[in-house]
Amino acid sequence: MRLPLLALLAKEPAHGYELKQSLEQIFGDAYPSPNIGQIYVTLGRLEKDGLVRAVDVEQSNRPNKKVYYLTAPGREALDTWADEPADGPRIRDEFFMKLVLAPMTGLADRMVLINRQRRHYLGLMRDLHDLAERTAQDDRVALLLIEGAMLHLQADLDWLERCQEELP
Amino acid sequence: MTPPPVAGSVISTVNLVKIYSNGGVPVPAVRGVDLRVEAGEFVAIMGPSGSGKSTLVHMLGGLDSRTSGEIWLDGRRADTLGESAWALLRRRKIGFVFQFFNLVATMTVADNVELPALLAGASAREARERRERLLAELGLTGRADASPAQLAGGEQQRVALARALANRPSLLLADEPTGNLDSRNTRDVLRLIGEVHRGGQTVVLVTHDARVAGMADRVISLLDGQVVDDGTVGAARRRPRGTAGDVVELRG
Ligand SMILES: Nc1ncnc2c1ncn2[C@@H]1O[C@H](COP(=O)(O)OP(=O)(O)OP(=O)(O)O)[C@@H](O)[C@H]1O
Ligand SMILES: [Mg+2]
Repeated sequence: MRLPLLALLAKEPAHGYELKQSLEQIFGDAYPSPNIGQIYVTLGRLEKDGLVRAVDVEQSNRPNKKVYYLTAPGREALDTWADEPADGPRIRDEFFMKLVLAPMTGLADRMVLINRQRRHYLGLMRDLHDLAERTAQDDRVALLLIEGAMLHLQADLDWLERCQEELP
Repeated sequence: MTPPPVAGSVISTVNLVKIYSNGGVPVPAVRGVDLRVEAGEFVAIMGPSGSGKSTLVHMLGGLDSRTSGEIWLDGRRADTLGESAWALLRRRKIGFVFQFFNLVATMTVADNVELPALLAGASAREARERRERLLAELGLTGRADASPAQLAGGEQQRVALARALANRPSLLLADEPTGNLDSRNTRDVLRLIGEVHRGGQTVVLVTHDARVAGMADRVISLLDGQVVDDGTVGAARRRPRGTAGDVVELRG
């Protein structure tokens, strides 16, 4: 979550709770809401690394709040991030390990594993479908995120089929 | 004697087998399928290429003959019917979407969609109204007067679905109804199939598309002509962990 937070701070200085709200607002239902603790932990690390700095702002009747802003090294880290291609998706290796190893140890039958996994993916697909239905149709960001997740799931299912065909 | 199929089942098969012959070499495509589909169910059939999905639904729609076994539709023996009796059955209650569309090349899109309704005895006005509504739902109103050859693959596919639904069939059999569609058109087709399902029609469709299969009540997996899994999708939702939000994970 480090770099998304830096990106938001590049727009304007903000305190932790505002960052949480921005993420929710921009990414909508599709993004698992980051909890505020996670955000503060991340901000603390960014501060330690010198990528952001915080100033205390006094509030009446309330404890001071910390407003974070981007430093020059922070800006640099952000530029590097923007300039690099992102990593490709990771394969679901945990399932693959299970699939290859479980039958060897007599732990489980391959066909059973594959069938269970297929149903699980289809259940997830159904959830994504429901999520897409509940999402406002003009919320392009959230809908694209959901569609991306659906396409990844589709690839996982296709791969499952290949495993079923190729592994005895 | 095999036990009589359950009276309420829309489809029931008993040890259904199809063996093609390829230059004298037998090719077993469907190897002993026992299937039961109840009224109003939405069943998706999945499986790798060549696993027998098309062969199975073709037999269920009487478009291909079985080698052995039985097919019962609405409690009546169907595999022993002749061509014309099958044609009548399809006209009355089965809508079929082919994997490769099979539109009538010499007719316009509008006529292709109206034809089954007219053959089933609908008035010209009824047939036209249904055609207009179906084409509108699939975003094809502007293509009504085109001939199939003038359409893109995805458009032909949607016309084939409209045609299959023109009769309001009690049973929709569809072979890869979204195989050639982009995401947006898939969404239109899914919406329409969802409506058909909610309206109480029985849907059995072959698909590789997980979005389509995820909408089904039940998924059947074929492998080498045999059913290797048959179960509800809903049950998979009661999984130990993971929500949609966990699938969508931003990294950084
Ligand atoms: N008319 C035919 N003559 C001979 N063999 C055939 C014929 N039709 C299908 N087959 C064979 O039967 C098997 C099952 O074919 P089928 O078309 O049912 O597969 P499928 O699951 O629909 O595949 P796909 O996902 O590619 O559409 C395959 O081995 C195929 O080669
Ligand atoms: Mg096929």
